[in-house]
Amino acid sequence: MNATTKEVKNTLSLEKGINALKEQIDAPTAAFFSSCVNCGLCAEACLFYTETNDPKYTPINKVEPLRRVWASEYTLFGKLKKALGLAKPVTDDMLAEWETLIYDGCTLCGRCSMVCPVGNDISTMIRKVREGMVASDHAPEGLVGASTRAVKIGSPMGIRLKALEAQIKHIEADTGLTIPVDVQGADYMALLSSMEIINFPEYIESLAKIFKQADVSWTLSSEAFEATNSGIQIGSSDIARELVQRVVDGAEKLKVKYVISPECGHAFTAIRWDGPNLIGRPYAFKVVHILELLDELRQAGRLKTDGKLDKRLTFHDPCQIVRKGGVLAQPRNLLGQVASEVVEMSDAGKMNWCCGGGGGVSANERADELRLQAFKRKKAQLEEINVEVMVTACANCRLVLEEGLEENNMDMPVLGLSELISEHLIEE
Amino acid sequence: MELFSTANDFLLWTRGDAFNIAVSIFLIGVFIRVLEIFLMGRKVDFSEPRGTEWGPGLKNIITRSVVDNGTFKRAPFVVIVGYIWHIGFFICILFFIPHIELINAMLGIKWPGLANPLVDATAAVTMFALVAMLWYRLTHPVLKFLSTYEDYLVWVVTFIPLLTGYLAYHRMIDPYPLALGLHILSVEVFLIVFPFTKLMHTITLFIARWYSGAMMGRKGIES
Repeated sequence: MNATTKEVKNTLSLEKGINALKEQIDAPTAAFFSSCVNCGLCAEACLFYTETNDPKYTPINKVEPLRRVWASEYTLFGKLKKALGLAKPVTDDMLAEWETLIYDGCTLCGRCSMVCPVGNDISTMIRKVREGMVASDHAPEGLVGASTRAVKIGSPMGIRLKALEAQIKHIEADTGLTIPVDVQGADYMALLSSMEIINFPEYIESLAKIFKQADVSWTLSSEAFEATNSGIQIGSSDIARELVQRVVDGAEKLKVKYVISPECGHAFTAIRWDGPNLIGRPYAFKVVHILELLDELRQAGRLKTDGKLDKRLTFHDPCQIVRKGGVLAQPRNLLGQVASEVVEMSDAGKMNWCCGGGGGVSANERADELRLQAFKRKKAQLEEINVEVMVTACANCRLVLEEGLEENNMDMPVLGLSELISEHLIEE
Repeated sequence: MELFSTANDFLLWTRGDAFNIAVSIFLIGVFIRVLEIFLMGRKVDFSEPRGTEWGPGLKNIITRSVVDNGTFKRAPFVVIVGYIWHIGFFICILFFIPHIELINAMLGIKWPGLANPLVDATAAVTMFALVAMLWYRLTHPVLKFLSTYEDYLVWVVTFIPLLTGYLAYHRMIDPYPLALGLHILSVEVFLIVFPFTKLMHTITLFIARWYSGAMMGRKGIES
């Protein structure tokens, strides 16, 4: 490609990026930008700032491209400035520079949105900036690869139905249980994340055990088993829509009443909150997170467990499930039933610190070093409470935590909550 | 050509034409800015709500005034000095008896004021806090990094009314009509600059807090 062709290509992609940003701006965005006074407090809520002390990671700085588009396109004064040539434009170089802030230095954890004194939902705006980044060809390779595999193969990790079937066969042989697939009219259709299929198949086994004991009518779908939504992570509504549509089609085909979002953070955001808006209509079924369902079963007395894990443990709140998903009490209720000593980390619950690998960061190899630096926050939290075991409810958190612990020579198992419960089920 | 032959002429101008111009720009400007926000609209949300929007939105307007513990521990200076100068600024505006009389004369509403020495001391503390804030903005790595000319402009137009009011109250500028005229003029500059800058946050933060509280409420997250 010669210099001119490259220039033309960049101009075209920049235009696409700016248009994508324009489409993202709504009344809340305009209210947020109008209200920011550059107080800098959002920096203190962001683990990429607190662990690096680099001001460029200040959350509100990350949305500067969107702010510029808003100011010059949707405010009278900004339009005037633009006409007089006084406005700072968004350039291709700027977007290239912001790419690392938006994808490597942000997990969309949403802590900044909780502390902003004027009430700005900054992380939602960062998610919006990602739409412009994708449209202008400024998304990281790792996420582009994952999204491509998700669209073409059906899973960001390239896992096909055959791999799931092999795992199912394996679990069935091991446990003597049946894993129902494509059962028409089942009450619940369970989704799985790629990571659960490959790294943590215990989750599938746990579901089978718990649902058998609690007599829950459930199924997997051979056409829609993947919960992970790379479109949400990379920030492409088009890709996200396609992936949500597969789940919707699968669930509606089997005529299930509920779809269960697995132990995966962004999958819950994707299917529970963003999905209906992506496809432009409400679902014919309801979405529950696995922890919501398990807690319902517990309340109904259908979750019969015996004994408690006799170790000092803590629960790591996955950002998308707790802070941004509203599932806060359920994990605590469930842990109370199967663990004897639960200690909370400082800032636990809706203010918990991210593992450092959410929002696509763990799928973006370029960010590995920064992610491990950000993990120091989790390390500090853990050192305050001196626990033996960590429990969480997101396969991505789990892998990121395991890697961070290993890197820091901290010997501590990380368990999935559903798995912990299934281990304490009363054998029938 | 001399604009004003006497200090009294100047005072009369600041109370008359200048005042009308400033208030008009302020009101029209604010109206346009707020309209610009609401005209952007919001897409219908098809996801099944777990909670309501209105209550949590309104609650967030109140609760966001209270800082969370973690932020307080990490940034005590901004939090404490921020509270001091905001509260001080509003006390000076709303509880100085001559201000209340002015509002009463204009709008026909009044409320009890504070004793002059109290407001005087508050003004001194507020100015001190604002200077401290400016020093922090110029030196703290994050604030220095984020700040633009607008942040400093806004600081100046906020500080000058306090300073001129203080000088006028203590008769430190002679003659008095000039002192009072300068004070009123500085408030008019504040009003004119308001709609075009982040001074707008005074009004839009209610909208911003409502939206984020509503979005949280919808998902069943406490605001």
